[in-house]
Amino acid sequence: MAYVPIADQDHELHDPHSFVTKYIWSQDHKVIAIQYGGTAILVGLVALVLSALMRLQLGFPDTFSLIDPSAYYQAVTMHGMIMVVYLLTALFLGGFGNYLIPLMCGTRDMVFPFLNMLSFWVYLLSVLILMSSFFVTGGPTGAGWTLYPPQTITPGTPGHDTGILLMLISLGVFIIAFTMGGLNYVTTILQARARGLTMMRLPLSVWGILVATVLGLFAFPALLVSAIMMTFDLTLGTSFFMPAIMAAGEQMDYNGGSPILFQHLFWFFGHPEVYIVALPAFGLVSDVLSTHARKNIFGYRMMVWAIISIGGLSFIVWAHHMYVSGMNPYFGFFFATTTLIIAVPTAMKVYNWVLTLWEGDIRLNTPMLFAIGFVFTFVHGGLTGLFLGNVVIDLPLSDTYFVVAHFHMVMGVSPVLVLFASLYHWFPKVTGRMMNETLGKLHFWCTFLGTYAIYLPMHYLGFLGVPRRYYAMGSTDFIPESAQALNANITIAAIFVGVVQILFFINVFWSLRNGKPAGNNPWGANSLEWQTPDTPPKHGNWGPELPVVHRWAYDYSVPGYPQDFIPQNVAGDFGVSEDHDHDVAKEEQSGA
Amino acid sequence: MSDIAASNLAETKSGLAGLVDDWSTDKQTYHVPWGKAMMWVFLVSDTFIFTCFLVGYMTVRMSTAEPWPVPAEVFALSFFGGDPIPLILIAIMTFILITSSGTMALAVNYGYRKDKRMAAILMMVTAAFGASFVGMQAFEWTKLITEGVRPWGNPWGAPQFGSVFFMVTGFHGLHVTAGVIYLSIVARKVAKGHYDKKGFEIVEITGLYWHFVDLVWVFIFAFFYLW
Repeated sequence: MAYVPIADQDHELHDPHSFVTKYIWSQDHKVIAIQYGGTAILVGLVALVLSALMRLQLGFPDTFSLIDPSAYYQAVTMHGMIMVVYLLTALFLGGFGNYLIPLMCGTRDMVFPFLNMLSFWVYLLSVLILMSSFFVTGGPTGAGWTLYPPQTITPGTPGHDTGILLMLISLGVFIIAFTMGGLNYVTTILQARARGLTMMRLPLSVWGILVATVLGLFAFPALLVSAIMMTFDLTLGTSFFMPAIMAAGEQMDYNGGSPILFQHLFWFFGHPEVYIVALPAFGLVSDVLSTHARKNIFGYRMMVWAIISIGGLSFIVWAHHMYVSGMNPYFGFFFATTTLIIAVPTAMKVYNWVLTLWEGDIRLNTPMLFAIGFVFTFVHGGLTGLFLGNVVIDLPLSDTYFVVAHFHMVMGVSPVLVLFASLYHWFPKVTGRMMNETLGKLHFWCTFLGTYAIYLPMHYLGFLGVPRRYYAMGSTDFIPESAQALNANITIAAIFVGVVQILFFINVFWSLRNGKPAGNNPWGANSLEWQTPDTPPKHGNWGPELPVVHRWAYDYSVPGYPQDFIPQNVAGDFGVSEDHDHDVAKEEQSGA
Repeated sequence: MSDIAASNLAETKSGLAGLVDDWSTDKQTYHVPWGKAMMWVFLVSDTFIFTCFLVGYMTVRMSTAEPWPVPAEVFALSFFGGDPIPLILIAIMTFILITSSGTMALAVNYGYRKDKRMAAILMMVTAAFGASFVGMQAFEWTKLITEGVRPWGNPWGAPQFGSVFFMVTGFHGLHVTAGVIYLSIVARKVAKGHYDKKGFEIVEITGLYWHFVDLVWVFIFAFFYLW
């Protein structure tokens, strides 16, 4: 409990001396964050283009002949894998994690800056390996982002030889990169916080990133192991996942493997991965909502424990992705139960966001709009998750567009809205300039309403029984003609939303030059990153002295204080007291 | 500064709340150097890798339709034309690896006494034990390969036997090899006086990794060779 001074205080910083060490081989967490973020967004644009190709095929199968069935499956696979791993994971943890952890914790850098730099370059290598699979014979793998064997390896699946190998290698390299970065994030948060910054005074962004990183460090091993085993099945002819099987009329040289084992390993990674993406989003959106509602986050302690318990529970729900896989049906009973339990802390978070907004002095600027938009889409996607978590409802809906709509709502649209909220919110700190509000609001409304135009009809398609991952529907008895009209509408909306994202890039590049200067703390926010002496923060972040923290990050609109926010590094006994987190009565008072 | 220390001390609680407060205290959660905390987190993550390997192994062993080769017969060696002794090589390898944990622990002790010569020597001894372990593993692999064990099949039963054997012992062997290199580098730096000012925690951090690799071997030994 007691405060113990530590010897690492005068830890030496790696000072950049040339352009190359400053901007390319940089060990500064801020530069690494921008490198991570930029790479992730670029590769995300590739995935966006792939989804446009898929949508054109689905919406107008007779009009466009841009892609053949093989290319369609390759697009499905690469779109999914890029979006989940190489965009969302990398941008939340590599991008925002790198930028915000040292600033919010009041440190000069990550604890091991060299390892941090290595993390980015290895990540870039994994992206390059993945992209190279577009240019090899047979193209990238077309087995779906879940890479289920035996289909991944059997002839007939696009990219069943080189494409899948490159995918597996790329994933392995990505996991190495993530581990190097993740170890840094966890150690920095646990061991290097500013004086006075206890864990229970950390902004929720840091909590979200911390727990997500821990999930990553424990969940990615399962993916690594399954990737290694599948690589051996592919190259050495082992039979870990491959049963005795006929392919293209010939008996393959496999015998006795277990495809279900792969599914278990994959989803032991895959389900925590959902929360690796969602928890940083939960954290970031909490800070954005609280700042722009000028109110303390409602139930801070509850929010922290919710993040932790969601993280813990996420490891025991994985088989709800496998109700139709042929596993022992009794498993479904257990996993349906845990899945519904995980909805409890999640729902608590949603209530707390809403109650944070309650009677707040809400400022409807662009970051706030995106953050509120997130609450809508997340509730929406979360509720359909309750449907799919039940075995009896999942069985008929499995592998239909209902599932597609559900996971796009809950872990596609929702995290992306938080990403935009966060990009608009922290852009002034990163660049020193404000973004254009008019363009930003236009971007928000088009994106927000557009995504509903895409995904609401998909639920209906799912109820009709339209299967996912089909290149073309053909003529079936149970799917009415009108489904095709709906598909065409979805495609138009999807293309519209895709194109509208240009507004964001225009806004970024316009604001970089012409945005109005932001100053150190344009939003009047409390957390430490807004209290740096320079904006953008210089190398070493804090000038000669590290900040000392005297309060939590949520002292907004404290009665009797001259301004409506009290930064964390301001001393004094006003507002919510030091032991705010033990004293619910005081917390409610300051909120009212 | 003092006021913060005072305010934190004033809040000391008992029971679970006190535990949470302790854990979330000022500045640092564990009173250890950064490198040591990071090594611990890494090792927990690595534990998940080996756990997945072993669980995968158990699953394929239970799901394969063909009989599993008997380890006592496969891993037996005969000396001077006598009867084959089951698991003798593995027993020696395990003994060597456990012994190397002992020398590693001694090295950590000498490190904290700032006896850098003895620390470096003991680390090199540990590395030598590790290298001989890898050497014997290479011998074992060679023997099995000459007897016809391949990743895709073997003369005695389930083809997964060879797959799992090469994968799990190979992955562990890579860890040992990496440990030998890591130990040698750190030992050289210790001997050269690189840590005279910084302190010798690095010896303990290296030791953590080494003990972990040994511990993992115990599980591999139990689940693969004794089952």
